[in-house]
Amino acid sequence: MAQQLDTLQETPSQTAGPYVHIGCVPTFAGLEGIYPEDLALSPIEDGAKGEIIEITGQVFDGTGWAMRDAMMESWQADAAGIYPGQEGADPKVSGFCRFTADKETGFFTLRTVKPGATKGRGGMVQAPHISVWIVARGINIGLQTRIYFEDEDNSADPLLNRIEQRPRVDTLIAKKTAEGKYSFDIRLQGQGETVFLDI
Amino acid sequence: MTDLGPLIPRNREIHPVPYDPGYKTSITRSPYLPLLSMESTPSEETGPRFGHGLLGELDNNLILNWTKGAAPAVGERILVHGRVLDENGRPVPHTLVEIWQANAGGRYRHVKDTYFAPLDPNFGGCGRTITDENGYYEFLTIRPGAYPWPNRGNDWRPMHIHMSVFGHSFGQRLITQLYFEGDPLIDRCPIAATVKSRSQLDRLVAPLDMAKARPMDFLAYKFDVVLRGRRQTMFENKLEGM
Ligand SMILES: [Fe+3]
Repeated sequence: MAQQLDTLQETPSQTAGPYVHIGCVPTFAGLEGIYPEDLALSPIEDGAKGEIIEITGQVFDGTGWAMRDAMMESWQADAAGIYPGQEGADPKVSGFCRFTADKETGFFTLRTVKPGATKGRGGMVQAPHISVWIVARGINIGLQTRIYFEDEDNSADPLLNRIEQRPRVDTLIAKKTAEGKYSFDIRLQGQGETVFLDI
Repeated sequence: MTDLGPLIPRNREIHPVPYDPGYKTSITRSPYLPLLSMESTPSEETGPRFGHGLLGELDNNLILNWTKGAAPAVGERILVHGRVLDENGRPVPHTLVEIWQANAGGRYRHVKDTYFAPLDPNFGGCGRTITDENGYYEFLTIRPGAYPWPNRGNDWRPMHIHMSVFGHSFGQRLITQLYFEGDPLIDRCPIAATVKSRSQLDRLVAPLDMAKARPMDFLAYKFDVVLRGRRQTMFENKLEGM
């Protein structure tokens, strides 16, 4: 027998289930009044610096059906590429948003400020992006992905450059549809499957 | 700013398998292709923080929070308590914990839930709290009932409470479920069975904790949650440009 390690193991995940909205967006689920409002309805306040943008899309399952029960969370830097909590961050940017697929259409909308490029270890620079986490019934462990932007220079991004099959890079890039408007669909499985992350 | 180091990569072996034919909905909702692995960056190492100012007085009391204290929910009164730790064994203080559950009859307050068990007019089914400086949290609630669900011919969910925990990094985000010691339905549940290692599934089963039970009032169950840790070593460099 070897010595015992000091480290613990992460708690196993379980699906968020069909009723995730009760716990995470209770007002959306019909539990009005239990909290003053649902958590993190917007990642920005009025006065946030930078370009206000709107990203819309759907989350498709392996049959091509737009899921009506997906819940998503996003996390991002401010327009200068500084994450909330870091020195010099824009106080009007909380960076975190919780949003859902529409019950009738499956469309989601994320209204936020366009993030700047961010810096990492060893002088690494990441192209502007928003981190996204998706949970729903049937998803046994939350899926991580990122939204990049087609009108930014993504050529040196270290994550995008790790994707061997170049056509798959497109699954992480939001398409500009009008001034300040982008579309970004997420495909859980099969044709055009989104690149999901293990980071 | 001191670099706490990258997140320890997730050990996917302890987690449920994404594709599990026994849990039918997972069949079309699990990626076919491998995940893209990379060392964590500030995008995963930073994350939202929530202050205690967010909380209302009864937010962690599901027996009373739906009626604002006017009338208690029906059911077996229980305290669910524990600590949020990271993989290095350190407490995770000041982090948001959210729970949701069915009522004592096994019915959710949700338009999609049409089970025969009636709604309890005095029970909403969600609660939240923030861990203290030692990573400790507690909820007062009622023990949820088991309920049937459309999957295979006759599948029932064991009694369970859904739990969402943030940590301090977006890459630590976790949703899981708490089961109750001694429930015979755990071994028959296809969702519990998505965790393939029995010893890992056991970590989702909260033991009865009589030391925390209050005589003539409530029973207690203990449930510790471990989130991903950071891999700091003496060789770790400072984040450049920060
Ligand atoms: Fe449930």
